[in-house]
Parts: sequence; C-alpha cells; structure tokens
Amino acid sequence: MSPVETAPQAPRLRGAPGFLGSEIRLTFRRWRTVAMLAVLAAVPVLVGVAVRIRTSDGDAAGGPAFLSQITNNGLFLVFASLAAVLPFFLPMTVGVVAGDSVAGEAGSGTLRYLLVAPAGRTRLLAVKFAATVVFCFAATAVVLLAALVTGVLLFPVGDVTLLSGTSVPFAEGLSRALAVAAAVALSLVGFAALGLFVSTLTGSGIAAMATTVGLLMTVQILGTVPQLSAVHPYLFPHHWLSFADLLRDPVYWDGLLRNFGLQGLYAVVFGSAAWARFTTRDVTA
Amino acid sequence: MAQIQPSSPTPDEPQGAQRKPGRRAVRYGVPVAVVGLTAATVGLVPALADTGGPDLPDVTAEELVAKVAGAETDQLSGTVKIKTDLGLPELPGSFGSDGGGGPFGGGPGGESEAPSGEKGEGSSPAAPEGRLMQLASGEHTLRVAMDGPERQRVSLVEKAAEYNLIRNGADVWAYDSGSNSAWHTKAEPGPHGKADKGPKEGKYADLTPREAARQVLKAADGTTSVSVDGTAKVAGRDAYQLVVAPKKAEHTTVKDARISVDAETGTPLKFTLGAREGGKPVVDVAYSDVDFGKPSAGSFDFKPPKGTDVTEAKPEDHRGKQKAKPDALPDAKAFDVLGEGWGSVAELKAPGAPGAGGEDKGAGSEAEGMLDGFTEKVSGEFGDGRVVSTRVVNALLTDDGTVYVGAVTKDGLVEAANAAAKK
Repeated sequence: MSPVETAPQAPRLRGAPGFLGSEIRLTFRRWRTVAMLAVLAAVPVLVGVAVRIRTSDGDAAGGPAFLSQITNNGLFLVFASLAAVLPFFLPMTVGVVAGDSVAGEAGSGTLRYLLVAPAGRTRLLAVKFAATVVFCFAATAVVLLAALVTGVLLFPVGDVTLLSGTSVPFAEGLSRALAVAAAVALSLVGFAALGLFVSTLTGSGIAAMATTVGLLMTVQILGTVPQLSAVHPYLFPHHWLSFADLLRDPVYWDGLLRNFGLQGLYAVVFGSAAWARFTTRDVTA
Repeated sequence: MAQIQPSSPTPDEPQGAQRKPGRRAVRYGVPVAVVGLTAATVGLVPALADTGGPDLPDVTAEELVAKVAGAETDQLSGTVKIKTDLGLPELPGSFGSDGGGGPFGGGPGGESEAPSGEKGEGSSPAAPEGRLMQLASGEHTLRVAMDGPERQRVSLVEKAAEYNLIRNGADVWAYDSGSNSAWHTKAEPGPHGKADKGPKEGKYADLTPREAARQVLKAADGTTSVSVDGTAKVAGRDAYQLVVAPKKAEHTTVKDARISVDAETGTPLKFTLGAREGGKPVVDVAYSDVDFGKPSAGSFDFKPPKGTDVTEAKPEDHRGKQKAKPDALPDAKAFDVLGEGWGSVAELKAPGAPGAGGEDKGAGSEAEGMLDGFTEKVSGEFGDGRVVSTRVVNALLTDDGTVYVGAVTKDGLVEAANAAAKK
C-alpha cells in the first residue's frame, strides 16, 4: 500500500467520535424517533396507572411477568414494563431506526453525499450500526426511567423481593434494575444488525423498515410454533426473557450468556453480510 | 444518474478491485463462514465430548452399586436439567400430566409425591405437590443446594419466575414468585422414629439424579441385570456409567436405565431411562454443573417477604407416604400387582375411571370420536377395553371399569388382563 493511500487515515480516525456524534444527533433529532420514545415512555405510565386503579380487585395473577409484584414494590414496574415492551414494541422501534439507517439515506438521496465525503463505506456502516445500538440503549433507558418514576410515585418502594424469595435493599434492587435494562438493550443488538443488513439491500427506507419489522413478527410467531422447537434456540428473541435471571439469587447466568452469545452471533453474521453488501454495491441514489 | 460505485479512493477499498465479480462473493463469504463455523461448533463439540470417556480404573458393577449406596455427599450445589418425554397423548387440561406423573413414580423422584387427596393446602399456588408434578413433562432447570440432611434448597427456574422449596432444620418453606405466595410447614423431627427417616431425609430435595438412581437400584433384583458400561464426562467430572436393564421381561417397554456415577464421590450425576422403542430418553436427569463444596449458609435462610400470602400447612400431612415403585400407582388405594419385576402390571378396580365403557356409550359419537383419538380399542378374554399409550407406561381401561397399568406393551397388558380374567 502506498503512503498516499494510508496518509488520510489518521485524521479520519480522530474524527470518528464527531461522525458518530453527528449520526446520533441526526437520529435523535428526528420527530419520528422522539415520538417513538414518547410512546415507549407512555407504556409504563399506562401499566402503572392501570395496576393502581385495579389494585382493589385483589390479586393480579396472570398477565405479563412481574405484574403481581408491582403493588408491593414500585420497582417491579420497571421489570413488568420491560417484559411488556420487549417482545414487540421495543424491537419494533429498533427495527424502524435500523431499517431506515442506510436505506433512508439512499431514499432521500443523501447517501451519495455521505459516500462522497472521505469516510469510507465500512466506517459509515460501523457508525450507522453504532448509532442504532445507542438507540437500543436509549429506548430501554426511557422505559426504565418512565417506569421508575411512575413506580415510585404510585406504589410503595422499599426492600426488593427477588424471584428466589430473598429480600435485598432498595439500592441493590436499583442496581439490578440497571443491569436488567442493560441486558434488555444488549438483547436488541442482534436484531439491530439484522435491520442494518436489510437496510443495505434496498433504496427505500419504508421498505426496509417494513421488512425488518415484518421479520420480527415472523420470527416471534415462529417462536410460538411447537413443531419448530428444533430451531427455536437459534431465533434471536429466544432468550430475550433471560433478563429476569438477573433477579435470581444467586444470578443464573446460563440463559443470559446464551442470549449475549446469540446476539453477538447475529451481530457478526448480519453485520458482515451488511458490510459485504454495502461495500460492493453500486449506489445510484 | 451517475452511479457512485464502491470505488471511492479509500484505503480499505483499493482502486480497481471493486469490479471483480469474485469480490462480492468473497465478502459474502465472511457471514457464511461465521454461520458455518458456528454450526460446526454447535454440532461437533458435543460429538467430540461424547467420544472417549475418561480413563478410570476398572470397577465391577457390584463395587459401583456399593459406591452409590454408600455415597455420603452431604454438601452439594449445582444445576440439574430434567428432560422428560413420556410421549403422553395430546390431551387438554391436566389429564395428561396426571396420567403420566402418577404411574411413573420411580422416575426423577418428584412424581412419587403425587397429591393424594390433600385438598386443603392444594389451593395455595406455592404448595409443593402441583409444582413438582410439572416436572413430569417437558424440560426443566433446577438449582439444588444441600448441606446435610437438614438443610436443602431446590429452585425450579421458570421463565421470569422461580419456585423455591427450602428446608432449614424444622422449617419447610415454599415460595412461588409468579403468584408471590409462600407455603410453610414444620418438619417435626423425632416422633415418627427411624422408619420415617428415609422419606423425610430426601423428601423435598430428592429431585436429583441420586435419588432416581437409588430408586432403580433398590428395585433391582433377579429380573434385572446391572453392568458397567465404560466412562463418561458429566458436568465436567469423570464418571462411570452403570446400566440397569430388565432381564427376561419380554413385554416391558423399558430398555434400560443408565446412571453416571461420579468416580470420586460415588454420587450419581446423571440418570437416563431409555424406552425400548428407541428415540430420546424418556427421562433424563443430569447435573449440568455441580460443586461438592459447602453452599453458602444464606442459601437456606428464608423469611416470607413483605406482602406475601403465606399458607400454613399442618405438619406431617405431606410425608410418611410410601415411595412408589416404578410400576406402581402411588394414589391407588387398592390395587393388585400382577407379575413381577419390570413386567409387572398394576390392576385397579376403579368403577368411575375415565373411559369406563358404560359412560362412553351414552356420551354420544362426538365423545366417542375424541376417545378414539387417543385410545386404541382392544378385546380379549377379559372383554373389551381401551388402551392409552405413552412411550413407557401403558394403561388398559376395560369396559367393566378395571384399569391395568404397567411399563409393558399393549400385548403385555392384554395378557395380564386375560390372566386376571381367568382367575
């Protein structure tokens, strides 16, 4: 490789945080993103108010996980809300952001300008993926915060009863809630990579979003068909509920590690597929 | 519109290479290679792990059985995976699990605690009986810890919930996180004397391979062959494989029971029950990890958390019942055992049994059709009847209300019924 080609690399690497920062700003400045985050924040509020109103009716057995615990401890609203939004709602918002990431730029005709800038396709893709992952964490954090505030306002808080029946101080409960949120956000990484790959396939943002969300629905439905149990462990949502294992005493790591491994695998496979597609494709728009 | 080709002069996209058609294929090779590598790892690693057990000094079957019987593992913690595939007919509601759990009392040990009419405490979601019945089907993960006979804990790991059974000295607690309810009873030591010690000792913590292995070895007599079949690695430990197989029992549906015995401590680490028809083991109870160190003392402390519904159960209501043999029904009040060993069949006079002919004929063709779906009509010298089949346990319900149950084939059941009719 000639020195002429390697020379520009240094300033570009230094500029990476700026590129990522502008990409993140771009994502979160969109009205669509703000609206999705607002709806996500509304879910814990709705669940909390509903549980609060219906408390007089006795136990709330059934329904999503952790629901029956909310009246004892507001912190459980965090876990109940995350369990409620994780199967569809949360990944749907991620699917919109991931699906739009490259295809949206192509659709609006801005991708060519990004490519004209001396950034390199691989780096552009990496930045797009990183911005999507940041959105995964932000969306989860929004649910966490909304649920925490609602839970503290509407319900008593105090010692937290773990799934194993052990009581831990509220502070430890809170740190476990943070760990749960992190686990939930990481659970979405594989799907984010899948969305990114879909996004590199088409020049239409809407098509990419619809395909990504459609894939989510399909995979979730496949996950409920018992005849397909042989492939279930390889579906990306299979271990999503493993975040609850953080609430056991001691923590049961099996499912969590398997989840992170699977997400990592999806990220590598679809990330590299997106890279293979994006770096060899002709961009016409 | 001019195309922007992937030829932008960047270091990682060298000029001139982009047009080569092979290039895209090479790049797509990366994800394909990752998938292939993963598939190979997933497929090959267990296969490689299976081949070549560890080198251990030879041991005879008798020595190994003695080692199991004499194993004094008082302190242990680990994770147990239970897989049961009884091949129950697809039935709505609880009939399936009742039918499977009952007759299969000798399996992982849990089923022998089948409820026998305790209505009072059964209403608490945290009462142990119903929960342990769940283990009779599907896949479950248990975390066990024990520290001597007085302190045991079993946690049933469920999706986003957990069920705990904790014995600490005189207290037995159960906690169900799904319904946030607890169940408590006193395990009074003493008054029942030594005879009660057996069931009491392992009553709530015998969902481990050890208890299953002991049940089988206890039942071993002249009709059983016991042999050692090489070595294996279970939960990362070296183990001998003990094979217990039926002898001279032509109608039995059981192929063999395999017990992996830890070479160092004599603790059974894995128990599988194979069906004669082949396929996956009917029951597979195995440690996925095990630690023979002392569990932390806090594991056995339990205080019902604030806001928990606590159900108090009378002590001794749940104990003192006979352990069921592999081929006996635990809650049958009066039954005869026909035959012996693996081929034995239990005969129950149960006038109100489901499927008794009199009721069915009146129930119309729809019920008849449904019944035909999961039963098979048979007839013999005993009259007419229906056979309900699972992979191991079969039951023959005759039209006069007698039920024959055993780990034998349909022919074996008919033969036993005929022999009984001749009497």
